[in-house]
Amino acid sequence: MRFIGFGAVCLAGLLSSTGVGWAAGIAPTPITPELIQKATAEGKVVMYTSVEPDLIQGLGKVFEGKYPGISVQIERTGSERVFQRISQEYAANIHTVDVVNSSDAAHFIYWRAHGMLAPFVSPEMVEQYPDTAIEPDGTYASWRVTLSPIAYNTQLVKDANAPKSFKDLLDPKWKGNLVKASPNYSGTIMTSTYESLQHLGGWSYFESLANQDVLQMQSALEPTRKIASGEREVAVDGSEYFMYALIDKGNPIKIVYPSEGVPMITSPAAILKEAPHPNAARLFYAFLFSQPVQQIMVDKGGTRSLHKQVKDPPSHVPLSAIKIWPEDAAAVETHSDEIKKRYRDLFGG
Amino acid sequence: MPSLAARRLEWALPILVLAALLLAALILIPMGWLLYVSITRSEGGGLTLSNFAQLVRDPDMLQPLLLSLGVAFAVSVACAVVATPLAWLVARSDLPGKRVIRGLVLASFVTPPFLGAVAWEILAAPFSGLLNESYRRLFDLPRKDHLFNIYSAGGLVFVLATYTFPYVFILVTNGLERLPRELEEASAILGAGRWRTVLRITVPLALPALLAGTLVAFLQAMNNFGAPAIIAIPAKLETVTTRIWELFQFPPQPGLAAAAAVPLLVVTILLLQLQRRLLGRRGYQVVGGKAGRADLVPLGDWKAPALVFAFVVVTIAVLMPYFALVLSAFSRTLTISLAPANLTLHNVIFVFTELSGTNQALWNTIVLGVGTATVGTLLTLMIAYIVSRRALPFSQWLGFLATVPLAIPSIVLGVGLFFAYTHPPFVLYGTLAILFLAFLTIEMPIGYQQFQASFRSLHADLEEAGRILGAGRLRTLRDILAPLLWSAVVSTWCLVFVASIRELSAAILLFTTDTKVLSVFIYDLNETGEPGAIAVVGLTMLLITFAVIGTAYSLPRSKLTVPESP
Repeated sequence: MRFIGFGAVCLAGLLSSTGVGWAAGIAPTPITPELIQKATAEGKVVMYTSVEPDLIQGLGKVFEGKYPGISVQIERTGSERVFQRISQEYAANIHTVDVVNSSDAAHFIYWRAHGMLAPFVSPEMVEQYPDTAIEPDGTYASWRVTLSPIAYNTQLVKDANAPKSFKDLLDPKWKGNLVKASPNYSGTIMTSTYESLQHLGGWSYFESLANQDVLQMQSALEPTRKIASGEREVAVDGSEYFMYALIDKGNPIKIVYPSEGVPMITSPAAILKEAPHPNAARLFYAFLFSQPVQQIMVDKGGTRSLHKQVKDPPSHVPLSAIKIWPEDAAAVETHSDEIKKRYRDLFGG
Repeated sequence: MPSLAARRLEWALPILVLAALLLAALILIPMGWLLYVSITRSEGGGLTLSNFAQLVRDPDMLQPLLLSLGVAFAVSVACAVVATPLAWLVARSDLPGKRVIRGLVLASFVTPPFLGAVAWEILAAPFSGLLNESYRRLFDLPRKDHLFNIYSAGGLVFVLATYTFPYVFILVTNGLERLPRELEEASAILGAGRWRTVLRITVPLALPALLAGTLVAFLQAMNNFGAPAIIAIPAKLETVTTRIWELFQFPPQPGLAAAAAVPLLVVTILLLQLQRRLLGRRGYQVVGGKAGRADLVPLGDWKAPALVFAFVVVTIAVLMPYFALVLSAFSRTLTISLAPANLTLHNVIFVFTELSGTNQALWNTIVLGVGTATVGTLLTLMIAYIVSRRALPFSQWLGFLATVPLAIPSIVLGVGLFFAYTHPPFVLYGTLAILFLAFLTIEMPIGYQQFQASFRSLHADLEEAGRILGAGRLRTLRDILAPLLWSAVVSTWCLVFVASIRELSAAILLFTTDTKVLSVFIYDLNETGEPGAIAVVGLTMLLITFAVIGTAYSLPRSKLTVPESP
């Protein structure tokens, strides 16, 4: 228990937020019967998210059970698509989305800069989350955290032969055996690509990797699926939470935390200022950050949580035992267009 | 006939004029916007040709164009090679089981290529594909050995050919069935053997239909978005259509997307002109039968190999992919196995009760399908009537306009519609209306050509009798023509419906969260990588399709037409 608390503190420390913690810039909004009543009158909440569909649909059902009369509509696609769809819809003055979640934290910097987010924090968020998890102005907060490690199929690769580091993947023996997701689709991979560029010596690493005949997929969920089905042996990247989810379902997968370090991806959530269901949005947002929901996400979905009362299952490697690369959302925002272009030139996806 | 129409201007005239204007607007507004955006500077406005310059200079733009043309060429050759013998067997030989073969080719015709691509991923992914797995198990081979790799240019050509060969098949069968029998008889009388007659008479006579069909296959392959979107990215390939879609992603480059659409438009128009020359004035799209059945060529010893050939083609096109989808829909784990313990209804339950968006996409698809089919049928019925009875001055122009969309690839129309209806005065983006306009425009030629064929076979005497007895034009249409055309109306409605619900190339650029259709829904699921859910949604789509097609074909005199040049 104490150990896990320590993990959360470590994690919080690693989050390089632009702010200096909760500066009381915004007062928490309590979840009153009045708010619930207004939300129920709105009848619906729409979330655009990049999280795995099974997990979020399950959470939607829990919400619908807890607040009868409010239906949850989920639009699930890759983070970069989420961003593109909102941009395209907002450009045409179409406001459908209430709550948004993306694994590319840079998106939130952009949305805030364009005045698109509505500030909101619940009392539980203020009490149970580290200051660094919540933006001082309350416009967005870290909803879930995951890593992007390596994984392999244990039926196809013996443990002794498994790669130990990112550099190991450049060994000719992996040629034609690797699968990878794309920063042009996935925010997780956008973030991990940026971090890898910092820690693995720039583009030369990816240039060598591109010669390994890598199967290029879109979603950060896909590499794990492709190794589970035996289509490839080793996943170069992918969401750790989904690796755990598939391992827990009995798939022959093992995770490798590379010796160089592991990219960490914080996946914030926010409420849109132009949300068509503003009260339902607030209720749902508070719900997403609540302890029971975070615990479900960790247990069933395999994510990491910043909530102080949430415990990692014993089978998941604690963050304290993993060498983690801190993320830098602001830098990702500056470099994302260039990363997308260079990546497509190398990998085609 | 023309004189009668010219003498009497009646209240039906405004309706007819309105139809003409509507038709012109449907095409001119989006195409005008497309061209305007392609020559406008994205920042600050002003005219520029820089987008077109980049098209030629930038390898990111040029290579997809070359790949699209290369793939389309390979697909058209493959289609010709496979579909021609099959068409001859079905049209002119005594092959047994022709009805079944025709039925299965039709099934392949209505299968959306993106769904075929998903099915072939399940079958022929190099390491996990069912076929490769069976191959390794059969010969006890190591894991890295595989027969097929769907993630390749060859794989893309294969999948596209599998779902475009029916175009060649239908055109060539129709061509063969309409050949004048006398020439073959003359050849036989002059002492030529059966095979010599086939080679010297039948083949040369069928050549125009074959070339026309091959051109249609070329265009279908070049303008398809779904199959390359699913297969090309893992294969590190980019076609023009996937590139255009890419240019809509953030940060969007509308000018370049518009410019990239222009070559598709130009190639399509040029090839359709060529096709028109090949076919001459007489269209081959009609299922004939007036000339009387020609003698069927007995296959003799060749019957067994011919049957095997036909069986292999339909197995590859339909039976295997459908089997893969069914298996994937009802399997528990990601490794597809036939063990009963692996069977589950989980995917079905997940798709219809948990996955939000399924029901809305289903509903949107049906609303759009019914709307497009109903309005499209009425509109094309009117246009075909005006054209065939020359009810208006310039009525031939109306017929031309109704077939123009054939020359506009769906994705190009999608780009045009996006620009046209995200700007004032008509902001339709975000509503089903923009998709409705897209589908209506795209399916217009199908409906028009169906009715044109029907009107040709109906003599104007009956209508004139009605007119002489004092009925107005609309009443004549309703009381005399409509009952006679009833089965054509129903079969057109069904064809337009089926064609609308599978549309992806335009829909992918025009949808929003609330206006998603099944095809886009499947595309989204595929990016996430949910093979089981995709299979369930895809099979649902196919079930609807076959139910509607079954209705159409249970009617007498139903016909199937293939797009022909304007």
